[in-house]
Amino acid sequence: METYFTKEHEWVRIEEGVAVVGISDYAAHLLGDITFVELPSLGKVVKQFQQFAAIESVKAASDIYAPLSGKVVQVNDAVEERPETVNESPEESAWIVRVEPSNLDELQELMTRAQYEEFLRGLE
Amino acid sequence: MEQLKKTPLFQDHEQLKALLAPFGGWEMPIQYSGGIIAEHRWCREQSALFDICHMGEFLYEGDLEGGGLEGVFTFSVKSIPVGRSRYGFLLNEGGGVIDDLIVFRLAQEKVMIVVNAATIANDFRVISSRLAGTANFRDISDATAKLDLQGPEARAVLTRFFGDDLGTLPYFAFRETSLLGVEAIVSRTGYTGELGYELFLPAGKVQELWELLLSDPRVKPAGLGARDLLRLEVGYSLYGSDINEVTSPLEAGLPSFVNFNKEFVGKEVLLGQREAGVSRVKVAFKVDSRRSPRHDYDIYFQEEKIGSVTSGAFSPMLGCGIGIGFVPPSRAVVGSHLTIRHERVSMEATICDLPFYRDGSVRG
Repeated sequence: METYFTKEHEWVRIEEGVAVVGISDYAAHLLGDITFVELPSLGKVVKQFQQFAAIESVKAASDIYAPLSGKVVQVNDAVEERPETVNESPEESAWIVRVEPSNLDELQELMTRAQYEEFLRGLE
Repeated sequence: MEQLKKTPLFQDHEQLKALLAPFGGWEMPIQYSGGIIAEHRWCREQSALFDICHMGEFLYEGDLEGGGLEGVFTFSVKSIPVGRSRYGFLLNEGGGVIDDLIVFRLAQEKVMIVVNAATIANDFRVISSRLAGTANFRDISDATAKLDLQGPEARAVLTRFFGDDLGTLPYFAFRETSLLGVEAIVSRTGYTGELGYELFLPAGKVQELWELLLSDPRVKPAGLGARDLLRLEVGYSLYGSDINEVTSPLEAGLPSFVNFNKEFVGKEVLLGQREAGVSRVKVAFKVDSRRSPRHDYDIYFQEEKIGSVTSGAFSPMLGCGIGIGFVPPSRAVVGSHLTIRHERVSMEATICDLPFYRDGSVRG
């Protein structure tokens, strides 16, 4: 399954019609020790590229933006209880939310993994 | 911009894959590959080694009163016993803190003054201007290296390499001794709230000492990120954040480091503050979540902005956000509630006593 990325370092993957969202390995590494994750409420309607969650590390506080529009149908309570899991597995078990997407055409606004890796090289 | 200075251990930090960043004009290790929280925990449980070569050292040789040193700081230098050290302040005319520092009484007429990195040049200028000129006063910062070995295992590590004799040093005492064949000072002081030592030695030998101490499995390197968390958990002030040239020791809740029975620059203003009260005071607070308050976040009492945060972090030991800030004295009531705000972020907090973390081994 293809994973897509935003310029703000979120990732999204469509699994059985639902968009699974998290922060990229690069972002987790850059933030350092993650100490707090603010999750959105269930049922919240989010718009693509709008802030809808937040994450804090020892070094910085940072917003999380929705990679796709839709409705929040599940949040990962495990990352709220143990924020350090985002450092351990940012692109797998430490997903942040699941969103029921309202318009999958929005995926075209995102980067593929290859494009994202190219984008990261440009940041260095 | 001025070129960042590098300590003699710069290449060692690069080899250890440290994350380096500017601090006080120096390019310093913020963390190594294990991360800030792991380094913090290692210091609380084992023993951490910090490169503190950026801090400054001055040497004063001469009569303490005749040479003018006795009147320079908020504490008496001449009453420090030889072999002991004392913490206090260099103030400006307005009672603001030019620097916080420690004076080591090396001999009857010889002291070492240890100052913050960013303030070395200004401190030296200010202190020189207050001396009579009869004493020999010089900046030995470049020639002097400093390593901090901190943590409950620090004594066992130190005595393993340098003999049991050093293990008997009490808190705020030091010994001039020989380490690795060179003259050094071993001081039972630190900035972490744990049992620990500050080691001063010639810069040319510091790499050898760094490697020797790291060869012990109980010792791991730690950066300035962990150091900041450690000091905040025990409520130590950070110069430039919690204290500065417009903050007096009385506002900063540090009156015990001011001796009103002697003369010092800034005394008149402090006497006035003691008499009439201050307009703002330091408070410590705990957040009701894992959110971190941070420097310059606003402090509210109900809907009124009453001050700002000067230091804040997530405390690994307490499992919540902790912070220090300044508010009017009428609002500085332990147990009362504050709201910390910054842009979209808001967190509830409760004023508490210092230190936040009370179980450190510092006096062990």
